[in-house]
Amino acid sequence: MVGRDSTGKPVARPLSPHLQVYRLPLTVILSITHRITGIGLSVGTAVLVWWLVAAATSDTSYATVSWFLRSPIGYLLLFGWSVALWYHFCNGLRHLGWDFGHGLELAQARASNRMVLIGTALFTVLTWVIGLAAQ
Amino acid sequence: MVELALPANSKMVAGITHKAPAGAKRVRNFKIYRWNPDDGKNPQLDNFEIDLDACGPMVLDALIKIKNEIDPSLTFRRSCREGICGSCAMNIDGGNTLACLKPIEECGGDAIKITPLPHMPVLKDLIPDLSHAYAQLRSIEPWMQSDTPAPPDGERLQSKQERAKLDGMWECILCFCCSTACPSYWWNGDRYLGPAVLLAAYRWIADSRDEATGARLDALEDPFKLYRCHTIMNCTETCPKGLNPAKAIAEIKHLMLERQG
Repeated sequence: MVGRDSTGKPVARPLSPHLQVYRLPLTVILSITHRITGIGLSVGTAVLVWWLVAAATSDTSYATVSWFLRSPIGYLLLFGWSVALWYHFCNGLRHLGWDFGHGLELAQARASNRMVLIGTALFTVLTWVIGLAAQ
Repeated sequence: MVELALPANSKMVAGITHKAPAGAKRVRNFKIYRWNPDDGKNPQLDNFEIDLDACGPMVLDALIKIKNEIDPSLTFRRSCREGICGSCAMNIDGGNTLACLKPIEECGGDAIKITPLPHMPVLKDLIPDLSHAYAQLRSIEPWMQSDTPAPPDGERLQSKQERAKLDGMWECILCFCCSTACPSYWWNGDRYLGPAVLLAAYRWIADSRDEATGARLDALEDPFKLYRCHTIMNCTETCPKGLNPAKAIAEIKHLMLERQG
């Protein structure tokens, strides 16, 4: 971005501030969250594969994975993964609707912001209630 | 390219403070982005203390007051002061809008931060270089194209329904608040056309009198020009005219699918 000063000498123009000053609305924050949870899900899928491969390999390797996943860190990861899964699912449904041209008015998008968040919380809690009860 | 931080020459530093006159009762701070191509310094945020009792109600009134009474070197674009020319688009209090339509009262916080439209090269102070955005607008050929000659004795007529399809698009004043609010345009603005230009493109695609729809869609069939829109919706959130570029872009994507059959 080269400009000129008032004598005609080239000067480097600054880039105006963006993330530094923008107060991002919830709609935007949920959009970037969709990407972040998508990346989280890929990591979670690797863990799922690790668990399945261990289960198919031997008792000892399964015990190792089981020990890790039942440790406090393991629970934290599983919890994060469940939140990411349900968030990505709920927001994915919203994206599907948008792709069909539904819910694109600003008021509708703001309402679906809330629905996605409520849905994520609800499904995550349900998952854990059912999961822990089944133990 | 996604670059979250500003380049070294663009980082803002604290500037100077212009005090309000003694006896001012209702003082608001305006922190305004300043950059002068002649002094070789980084951009700085100057603080102007304004007595609201001696100032009009809109942010543009405060800017004009500063230019007239405090610092005539403050540089910004303005013309109509009623939201129809689109000149005074800038980032005010963390959102893109028109300074003439933004009441000072609606700005929260102690200091009202005013910076140029985001992620654009700066010419001076609050003036961004819009050359690239205008070139992108030219690229979508924003005029009516028709092989059929116009009727010799009148205009090309539209039904009320056909005309209604253009509502929400003809009102665009090309202030580029939406494009410069779009994170996709921040990271890929060199190739992604951005919401303002895509809204303009759809305005002609949706026009019943225009016969170049196929060619217009062909020109947009590109991974960057159109499909960098990820429905982030900040365009619609920020539009000072209450228009919906996100929806217009979705309509274009829909037409792309439809014609694939």
